[in-house]
Amino acid sequence: MIRIAGVSREIRGEKILDGINLEIRDGEIFTLIGPSGSGKTSLIRIIDLLDVPTAGTIFFDGADSATSHSGRLALRRRMALVFQKPAVLNTTVAKNVAFGLVFRGVDGPEIERRVEAALNLVGLAGFSGRRAVTLSGGEIQRVVLARAMVTEPEVLLLDEPTANLDPVTSELIEDLIIRFNREFKTTIILSTHDMVQGQRLATRIGVIMNGKIAQVGDLHEIFYQPRGAEIAHFVGIDTILHGIVEKNDRGHAIISAGRSRIEAITPIQPGRHVGIYIRPEEVTVSSLQGGVPAQSSVRNRFSGTITRIAPFGPFIRMTVDCGFMMTAMITRRSCEELGLAVGSLVCLGVKASSIHVLPERP
Amino acid sequence: MIDIVSGIIKAVNLIVTLNPEVLQIAILSVYISLSATILAALISIPLGGLIHFHEFCGKRGIIIGIQTLYSVPTVVVGLLLYLLISSAGSFGFLHLLWTPSGMILGQTVLIIPITTGLTLSALSGVDRSIRDALISLGATTLQGIHQIVKEARSAILSAIVLAFGRAISEVGVAMMIGGNIRGETRVLTTAIALKTDIGDFSFSIALGIILLGIALVVVLVLNLITAGLPFESQVALGGPRT
Repeated sequence: MIRIAGVSREIRGEKILDGINLEIRDGEIFTLIGPSGSGKTSLIRIIDLLDVPTAGTIFFDGADSATSHSGRLALRRRMALVFQKPAVLNTTVAKNVAFGLVFRGVDGPEIERRVEAALNLVGLAGFSGRRAVTLSGGEIQRVVLARAMVTEPEVLLLDEPTANLDPVTSELIEDLIIRFNREFKTTIILSTHDMVQGQRLATRIGVIMNGKIAQVGDLHEIFYQPRGAEIAHFVGIDTILHGIVEKNDRGHAIISAGRSRIEAITPIQPGRHVGIYIRPEEVTVSSLQGGVPAQSSVRNRFSGTITRIAPFGPFIRMTVDCGFMMTAMITRRSCEELGLAVGSLVCLGVKASSIHVLPERP
Repeated sequence: MIDIVSGIIKAVNLIVTLNPEVLQIAILSVYISLSATILAALISIPLGGLIHFHEFCGKRGIIIGIQTLYSVPTVVVGLLLYLLISSAGSFGFLHLLWTPSGMILGQTVLIIPITTGLTLSALSGVDRSIRDALISLGATTLQGIHQIVKEARSAILSAIVLAFGRAISEVGVAMMIGGNIRGETRVLTTAIALKTDIGDFSFSIALGIILLGIALVVVLVLNLITAGLPFESQVALGGPRT
């Protein structure tokens, strides 16, 4: 559908985007995730043909977008973009939603019908006569979404669509995005720095860092098999160790990392330097206060003392010093049941299959 | 002091009895200045749009030039135009000298910098994100300019009212191009100048009051448009202030 070929953008000598290559497939929800300032917005603006790349180009169904002004307008009219900062014009909600249709020369009764339908879709039925600038943030975001959807675009671009919205409104908007994708087979490109949102919505994810695509893959690949420490850190992996593979018995490897030995599933052969990545949710926590815990199939066990406890939504994120620092995430309730606090002695367990191993340069 | 008081009394008398001469002068003034303002607006709004929406070398210079011309003396415009349209000038064949049309032309030239410059400021006041939104919604360049001008309508309207004020209150062009011909090109300001010269103070004061009255009406209309009315009525009248 859309092929981004070697796209770079420089502003006053500073590289905002650096050789981006991406393929967006028909009908998918492609999520761009990356820290603030990584180039998500710049890339989305270039895809919508608002900005022209310094190098490279974008192909729509094989057609090069680097064409005449009218050619670009025609391509742009097959898309719609919802900006991070929603902008409504100082007129009624209905007129705001109608703009795309008016620009495309759709006639009056048809506009009225479609605007009505779009407002119903976003749950703003009865708002048509209201003055758009007087609405709340969540309502304005829905107006802007309706304005984008009403033209029935083939590609819908969403730049951080739920940034600055409360959780309830965010969920409503996420549901709308999913519905729109399913019902109209619209290809959706969405940017977010919210990892959870990325997980909820995406068919595929592209991680963008410092203006470069660091990794593209499905949910599992991005969250459990990140391609480097920087990405791992961004997708919530705090425990990153470095070690050398000692033994590998048909994919079952023993890795020595400092004074610890870690069992993991990896084809990497002995002697190689590796990075070891452990997701905090994959770590089980048991108290050592009442003696040695019962044996289980968990291959990796480390004991240590809790050095830090921090709430993380309904979870507790704790850092444990077991010779190296390991982060674990458990529910608030189990933390209370185990009676854990800073200084508590705990045993951490990680399954060999939950550990992600990547080759590294020594 | 007595002159002023008796002048005011006579002025009120002239106004309430609808003195034909006073009426004729007032109507001609409004006609000429309103025509000039409409002409200037028709030229300036698209011109401002063009300048605003295009990046070109020397744009900054042009804007500074326009702003400098805000304070061009009316007599300088009058002089230049006189040289151009007098029978010896390049446009003498148009026979505009000593006619209301010539005065309209002169006042238009006089206020175009104000309407253009303030249109530019008004357009700059519209957030960049509005422009991006319009482009991404598939607006052609013209559709985009049209919507942004609409968005800036109250600021542009203020600019136009200000320009009308400058036009109706100027003497230089009216005198040098119109010539203050009784019943033909005599407007409020030139009449005040003449009547004061010949000592008919009450007539001058009456005209002065009318001039201020016109200003008051204009300001009231602007305020009606921009504030104090329900949203729908503001829309009907041309748009609310943001």
